[in-house]
Amino acid sequence: MLRLENFTKRYLTGDLAVNNVTLEIPTGQVVALIGPSGAGKSTLIRCINRLVEPTSGAAILDDINLTVLGSSALRKARRHMGMIFQEYALVERLSVMENVLSGRLGYVGFWRSWFRKFPQSDIDEAFRLMERVGIADMADKRADALSGGQRQRVGIARALIQNPKLLLVDEPTASLDPKTARQIMRLITELCAERGLAAIVNIHDVALAQMYVERVIGLRTGEVVFDGPPEDLTPEVLTDIYGEEDWEATIEEVEENGEEIAEAVA
Amino acid sequence: MSESAAAPRVWKKPPFIENPALRWGLIIGFTVYFILAFASMDINWIRVYEGLDRGLKFVLSFMKPDFISRGGAIFEGIVESLVMTVAATVVGLIMSVPIGLGAARNISVLPVYLLCRGIITVSRSLNEIIVALFMVAIFGFGPFAGFIALAFASIGFLAKLLAEEIEGAEKSQAEAVRATGASWMQWINYGIQPQFMPRLIGLSMYRLDSNFRHSSVVGLVGAGGIGATLNTAFDRYEFDTASAIILTIIIIVMALEYSSSLIRARLQ
Repeated sequence: MLRLENFTKRYLTGDLAVNNVTLEIPTGQVVALIGPSGAGKSTLIRCINRLVEPTSGAAILDDINLTVLGSSALRKARRHMGMIFQEYALVERLSVMENVLSGRLGYVGFWRSWFRKFPQSDIDEAFRLMERVGIADMADKRADALSGGQRQRVGIARALIQNPKLLLVDEPTASLDPKTARQIMRLITELCAERGLAAIVNIHDVALAQMYVERVIGLRTGEVVFDGPPEDLTPEVLTDIYGEEDWEATIEEVEENGEEIAEAVA
Repeated sequence: MSESAAAPRVWKKPPFIENPALRWGLIIGFTVYFILAFASMDINWIRVYEGLDRGLKFVLSFMKPDFISRGGAIFEGIVESLVMTVAATVVGLIMSVPIGLGAARNISVLPVYLLCRGIITVSRSLNEIIVALFMVAIFGFGPFAGFIALAFASIGFLAKLLAEEIEGAEKSQAEAVRATGASWMQWINYGIQPQFMPRLIGLSMYRLDSNFRHSSVVGLVGAGGIGATLNTAFDRYEFDTASAIILTIIIIVMALEYSSSLIRARLQ
């Protein structure tokens, strides 16, 4: 569904942030992108929807090469890629409802959006999504009045109301406490499963990633150095991605958590 | 305790200018310049003494303001000034928004940026009075010239500060709106405007009361309003009327300032 071919981003400073990445993500697959800070995870997903312009290579979403689109075609293509951000990136002074509806901007004309006269179907969908992600009755609260977890739920609703095929998720849990972080990760993966969405999730917390995703891609200095199921993340692999460290604790923790989840499910 | 016997280590805040030669050079240079500049002013102290006497008479005649005998003219002047002020602020505000957007480096393209910065620079480098003199020459005496002059000056002020506010806007909020596939106008409306709106309203309120103050000055060069009334009063040596006019201006400026500070405090 999404295919990256020799995808490369070189900044004007000469830094190679994304180096010749080739990979394919099928419909409905949730992929965690791990790697040390500065490995190019953020740049990679921003190059896909071209918030950052890639230098060379191709990103093909359902047979459309995103890298060659003109500005109007790019806007249309962006509607199919929902994005969720690290610091939520909500518009602080807008209400929850306006933030959620801003996900429909690619579908409605300027004057409709200016007067906040969105089609009834969009309003219905916004309310439905707010209920689904757990922020019902908050429609008219200002975004800056919400807690971190609630804000990220608004961010998720804003991405989903775009009716995307692909979610680009940039460190969704980095500013959340451990419990909220798990809830948010669970919500994202559940929603992807419900709607058959593919997702690329940048994440620092290796243990958390292992709990919720089916595939992990390891990035180091812009290159893919690991691509496989979470069980294959051995201390050797983590050392290859991040450098020397005692990884046993991280992995043990995952195993315990795995049991916990198994119990909860049973 | 034996460690305390060691000599105390001294610490001093590092000087702002590290090079001592440069530091002392600047200090001595400025002192010498100040003394020379003051000495070159050539003050006639006898003239100053005589002037003090005249000033006292002036102040005394101001002690009994006369609102009545030229009441009609004062009222008309004030109304004219207020109309001029409000119209100039509104027009300045409307015109400054597109120019301010264009002059913000982070959302504009280079040619538009340069053009808008150019307009701002021209508007800001010409003082209200100078513009008013031009406008009086073009449109003749009266409040229309004053209105144009004040609107012109408001554009530079509002557009510059608006552009700076936009340049300081949080990038992530704008980025998130762009990622949804919004058009440029929608992006500004949703991602940028909520970030600058409170500041823009605050600045407009501030500009409203400073435009009123300026309106009394541009009147002195013939551009209508209460300034023209004040000028006439001075010309006729009616210091009691002039005093009444100045008191009225002070009261209105205070009222405007108080209400604008109330509004600004409520915005967030």
